[in-house]
Amino acid sequence: MATQADRARPDSSGTVDAREIESFSSVADRWWDEDGPFKPLHRLNPVRLAYLKRSVCDHFGRDASSGRPLSGLAIADVGCGGGLATEPLARLGAAMTGIDASDEAIAVARAHAETSGLAIDYRPLAVEALAASGDRFDALVALEIVEHVADRRAFIAACCRCVRPGGAILLSTLNRTARSFVLGVVGAEYLLRWIPRGAHTWSKFVKPSELARDLRAGGALVEDVTGLGFDPLSNRWFLGRGVSVNYMMRARLPEGAG
Amino acid sequence: MPAMERRFDIAVVGGGLSGMTAALALARAGFSVAAIERGEPGRVLADAFDGRASSVAYGSRLVLEALGAWERMASHAQPILEIRVSDRDAPLFLHYDHADVGDHPLGWIVENRFIRRALAAAVAETGGVEVVAPAEVVAMTRDDAGAALTLGDGARIVCRLAVACDGKASPLRAMAGIPAWRRAYGQTAIVCTVRHERPHRGVAHERFLPGGPFAILPLPGGMSSLVWTERDAIARRVLELDRERFLEEVAWRFGDFLGALELAGPVWSHPVGLVLAARLTDRGLALVGDAAHAIHPIAGQGYNLGVRDVAVLAEALVDGRRLGLGAGDGGPLEAYARRRRADAMAFVCVTDGLNRLFSNRLAPVVLARGLGLAAVDRLPPLKRLFMRHAMGTVGRLPRLMRGEAL
Ligand SMILES: Cc1cc2nc3c(=O)[nH]c(=O)nc-3n(C[C@H](O)[C@H](O)[C@H](O)COP(=O)(O)OP(=O)(O)OC[C@H]3O[C@@H](n4cnc5c(N)ncnc54)[C@H](O)[C@@H]3O)c2cc1C
Repeated sequence: MATQADRARPDSSGTVDAREIESFSSVADRWWDEDGPFKPLHRLNPVRLAYLKRSVCDHFGRDASSGRPLSGLAIADVGCGGGLATEPLARLGAAMTGIDASDEAIAVARAHAETSGLAIDYRPLAVEALAASGDRFDALVALEIVEHVADRRAFIAACCRCVRPGGAILLSTLNRTARSFVLGVVGAEYLLRWIPRGAHTWSKFVKPSELARDLRAGGALVEDVTGLGFDPLSNRWFLGRGVSVNYMMRARLPEGAG
Repeated sequence: MPAMERRFDIAVVGGGLSGMTAALALARAGFSVAAIERGEPGRVLADAFDGRASSVAYGSRLVLEALGAWERMASHAQPILEIRVSDRDAPLFLHYDHADVGDHPLGWIVENRFIRRALAAAVAETGGVEVVAPAEVVAMTRDDAGAALTLGDGARIVCRLAVACDGKASPLRAMAGIPAWRRAYGQTAIVCTVRHERPHRGVAHERFLPGGPFAILPLPGGMSSLVWTERDAIARRVLELDRERFLEEVAWRFGDFLGALELAGPVWSHPVGLVLAARLTDRGLALVGDAAHAIHPIAGQGYNLGVRDVAVLAEALVDGRRLGLGAGDGGPLEAYARRRRADAMAFVCVTDGLNRLFSNRLAPVVLARGLGLAAVDRLPPLKRLFMRHAMGTVGRLPRLMRGEAL
């Protein structure tokens, strides 16, 4: 489906959907406000980080119980926003590069990293530009972004080019099911007002099979799919098998590829 | 001279029982901690400062053991082997015997001065805590980076997280604009220690009198701590009596089962009221202890609730740190609030309900409470649940309360 955003905003280019970027930029200064528009991401963050830490440690044979298990690993966070996941990964020892197509988000992320005393390389770039820069990373994470890009296949291909052979790609996104429509779009945006209205276009949500196909096309092999569930009674997220709403995916770039 | 500014991971404001426990637990978890207290350290630890005794539940003891503080107060701890609950109209409603729930006591009574000294000694031996006292926090600002506290002398303490252990009037809670729900009981707690002729054999008594509950808490060395809750107007008159007349009033309520009584120290009084914060956390701020929930002393659970707050907060922060989250980040604070809310509410309701039930002389209520409590006494499973609640061993326990490392 041709996205309306491309027509509405002539300055959209490559995988960047300008209207999406604008909707995030307008609230960029609230990235770190836990009760602000990004509250659901703050809620989601601990469980996302648990998955990222476990996956990266598994992939690189790191001891997850050590203090800085990711030290020495170069990781790119694509669509880093205000740095909600970038900073924790840096605290776990990774050398982090965060990119986002929104200049405002990068400015907020830089300022916040400074107050946190963390050295993070933030760049206002789209992923194609990062791939073109020639920098290669041990791992790349792209969280809650594939459902916002204009050309998903091109986006995933560029992500794959940023990772060295033997490296890992970690994604999280929303599945395109009736359940995710009800919970994610109607529930989260309209009923609970968790996220700004219109933040999600359900038709852009991605089935795990589609994401796996895009990764394969980019040369990566899917090794794990894990669901994220929300328990409204205890008001918390957990990792599990059900992938009908939110899920995370881990893929490997084979040695000798790239 | 420019005002001094110091940085810590965490600033614990208030050096009462909750605050010292928090500073100790968080420093031992590896955070750099400033422990700020407005009182003079020497004065706060002196005998005359705090005449109360606290019941330390089994779960709290495990936490204090894990923090290296229990061993420093153990010799002053009186095990509670039985609890007898009675009413003036009926001699015995409820009888709790530790043998019903296992082989350890129902709890321990320790005078607050010994708890304070044990905690202070453990804090002094723990690297990573800087005691800032006497110093009063007069202002607080917060942003994405955490909290900045201004002290009375203009010095600043900058931290990722401020932990408010500043008591039931909590200035930090007010500075953060967190509303508090209050209930005045019109009661005053009169507290004193008595020496008695006959041994107490580890029995604690809770007697429901029309003016409020009257508790007799056994202490080591043939003494007991009394917490006599009385309507304000009567309490005011009682406090004006000379020691001899005062003891007569005590003896009349206390009964003569422990023989002749003698006052072992001064008589203290504390206003009793319920204060419950609308939220346990805010940006860069966590409320702990009485700042979060000051309850009626009827169940002797005030300090125990604070200890549980501390154990859960330390665990949430350590779990967050394992995921790379900072001490002031939303995830850990949200986990703390989520896990503590239910427990605090349960205690508020139980203590509030009990007090109102028992401070009432209407005949139907008297009858109902007789039936109600008598029923509890005849239902062993319910009674055991009540007891385990009071012992602090119900629900999903934080690691420190299971005797595990953080
Ligand atoms: C009569 C009575 C009997 C009780 N009996 C029991 C019992 O048997 N068992 C039990 O578990 N609990 C009992 N409690 C409750 C128990 O004493 C409290 O819950 C416990 O002391 C925890 O208090 P806290 O440390 O949270 O606050 P507090 O003891 O009130 O300490 C707050 C501290 O913060 C300091 N402070 C305040 N503002 C500032 C500021 N701006 N800057 C710096 N410092 C500041 C104060 O100086 C104070 O030292 C009883 C309470 C009362 C009144």
